Amino acid sequence: MSVPLLSLQGLTKAYPGVVANDTVSFDIGEGEVHALLGENGAGKSTLVKMIYGLVKPDSGKMLLRGQPYEPAEPRQARADGIAMVFQHFSLFDALNVAENIALGMENPPEMRDLAARIREVSETYGLPLDPYRTVGDLSAGERQRVEIIRCLLQDPKLLIMDEPTSVLTPQEVEILFKTLQKLQSEGTSILYISHKLEEIRTLCDHATILRLGKNVGECTPSETSARDMAELMVGSSLQTPQRGARDFGEVAMDITGLSVPAPSAFGTALKNVHLTVRKGEILGIGGVAGNGQDELLGVLSGETLTEADAVKLHGQPIGKLGPTARRKLGVLAAPEERLGHAAAPDMSLTENAMLTGSVREGLEKNGFLDWGKTKEFAERIIKAFDVRTPGPGNAARSLSGGNLQKFVIGREVLQDPDVLVVNQPTWGVDAAAAAAIRQSLLDLAAKGAAVICISQDLDELMEISDSFAALNEGRLSAPREAAGLTVDEIGLMMGGAHGMEVAHV
Amino acid sequence: MDLSAINPVLLIASLMVAATPLLLAAIGELVVEKAGVLNLGVEGMMIVGAIAGFATAVESGSPFLGFIAAAIAGAALSILFAILTQFAQANQVASGLSLTLFGLGLSALMGQSYVGVKPPRMGDIHIPGLSDLPVIGPILFGHDIILYFGIILTAAVWWMLKYSRIGLVLRAVGENHDAAHALGYKVLKIRLAAIMFGGACAGLGGAYISLIRVPQWTEGMTAGIGWIALALVVFASWKPWRALLGAYLFGGVTVVQLNLQAAGVAIPVEYLAMSPYLITILVLVILSADKSSAPAALGRNFHASR
Repeated sequence: MSVPLLSLQGLTKAYPGVVANDTVSFDIGEGEVHALLGENGAGKSTLVKMIYGLVKPDSGKMLLRGQPYEPAEPRQARADGIAMVFQHFSLFDALNVAENIALGMENPPEMRDLAARIREVSETYGLPLDPYRTVGDLSAGERQRVEIIRCLLQDPKLLIMDEPTSVLTPQEVEILFKTLQKLQSEGTSILYISHKLEEIRTLCDHATILRLGKNVGECTPSETSARDMAELMVGSSLQTPQRGARDFGEVAMDITGLSVPAPSAFGTALKNVHLTVRKGEILGIGGVAGNGQDELLGVLSGETLTEADAVKLHGQPIGKLGPTARRKLGVLAAPEERLGHAAAPDMSLTENAMLTGSVREGLEKNGFLDWGKTKEFAERIIKAFDVRTPGPGNAARSLSGGNLQKFVIGREVLQDPDVLVVNQPTWGVDAAAAAAIRQSLLDLAAKGAAVICISQDLDELMEISDSFAALNEGRLSAPREAAGLTVDEIGLMMGGAHGMEVAHV
Repeated sequence: MDLSAINPVLLIASLMVAATPLLLAAIGELVVEKAGVLNLGVEGMMIVGAIAGFATAVESGSPFLGFIAAAIAGAALSILFAILTQFAQANQVASGLSLTLFGLGLSALMGQSYVGVKPPRMGDIHIPGLSDLPVIGPILFGHDIILYFGIILTAAVWWMLKYSRIGLVLRAVGENHDAAHALGYKVLKIRLAAIMFGGACAGLGGAYISLIRVPQWTEGMTAGIGWIALALVVFASWKPWRALLGAYLFGGVTVVQLNLQAAGVAIPVEYLAMSPYLITILVLVILSADKSSAPAALGRNFHASR
């Protein structure tokens, strides 16, 4: 075999208390699409940060085309032909597309020339972009195009993509894959990080699987089943949530003709939303991030007040009631943002349990707080949802994402809601914990609660929901029965390809 | 009451002088805030600049050296703020407030032997022909050099923020420091430079008060101009030309109310004295109704290890 493009040899990086990468070695060949698979916390991000020069390895070495490669900073990595598309976009909302791209380049040309180059490259690769638009106004898919074009303008030899498809519609994913395949045919290597196995099976030539910072195996994705790869990632066999047959009761929550203006300059307005959910039903709401998910959750939870008649619970108008009043009536919500919205990061788990549980669990009497009872409640959540933490006195911030998410969901589920609204219940949570959370939502519905699950993970929605609707630019599509929906149909409900087109190969 | 005693030409010429300290301090703070740092110590840096400039000018006999010393003193004090907030990760609001208190105390100590001393005068420029023109001459061509420097600085900052690479990086750092770091920009170095620039500008503004506007030294003579500069930056929506406009408005109302006091208008002096602050803020609030947003990372500390 010829010299690989990039060869990692025994890379190790330890942070206080945790070894993020433990002697990881693998090669990426020229023109190869190499997948890096692993659960959250498996050390994928740390590994690519070392390749991109953001983090220095404690030991081990990297060879780029046989030459030692030790990037001290991203600038140097870029000069050596390594480009990266980040998982959390590294864009500047208030700047325009061309300015954002100029910031990622070493010697950007004049703005006018750069704008022309952006137009040219974006059209060649089927990712049309207006260089003068403000990035804060772009959809998630368009923002990703900005990042990709920023990389492409530097003719990279290796393109690192960190979970690129988590924010895209199926159609957009298809176009992205065409772009990547075109790049590959031009000789660019791609390091593709994901935990979506089907994607990796269609796209990648080779896969390396990380678990707890160690390289636990390599495989050729097209010849390995998704289940085998998943079990390599998790290290044990996987349990899929079980759903039993359920009968739906009467309508629990009902929204008619609801329109809400955008709460901020970069928010989304809700336009004429209709929605009903029955007792025992799970309504899945899909859609790409930034299409009104947060705003819809706000309306349902009571953070955003509306006309009284717009939101009804069991036929009673509740549009003018705030979150606490709605909690009393049995409408509970778990928002997406774990640190800061669903939980107060620097408060203990007990205090966080008090924050949403006080009304329904009777943790508060005449303005005095019953800490003993609250601690019991917190301990109950920790036990029932297998939250890994030394105790309820620990700060929410100290928990890993998955554990905190289990706590946040468990806190609402255990309060025995009539209607539960969750947004991204398993975002950034590993497969085992995600399965547990989904199972708890199914169990809750089986007990007769109505559940509204807003999520960007279509597999999750297909797994648990009875009916499915999609948000697109603040409009909610008509709900359809989830069983039997095809990916194409879902994609169209989500608004199609948002003006992307297939690469002109 | 005799309003005819007010000479409109002199009025406009003196409003430009009254506006300059505010303009200098506001432009400096604007750059600092564009980099995502909120330095509430402007008043403190101004007053230290005022006494440092005054003392140097008196000792050396050169007002020009005085201004250089004022800029250095303002920048030096701002380094203290930078060490606290950028390297020791202290809270920016608290650090800025204590910087102001520290600056007021320090300047009083430094200035003990300078009370009542007269500083050397900085001459006004004189362009033969132009400066002698009626009306236009005294307004446009008869000022000291620092006043013109303030206007040029406004234009330069506007150009830098809008068109230059440095300005783009500066705005990027103020907008999203984590992303800027991920792209390999030195967030702390850029912020340090911005903070020092802000300190130097505030120092110049202070010295302009003690050497040209008043000119003498009294304790606490900046009289809240630093605070107005802070408000001005916000209400000017972080736009240099609007800051200039706001500063001239403030200067204008200040001069008019002084003239009205002198003319003996039957409005209590206290009301007249508060009017510049009130009117400037009112007008800027109305101007800022278009909701140009603040730099997104304003006031947030950056730590690379996250």
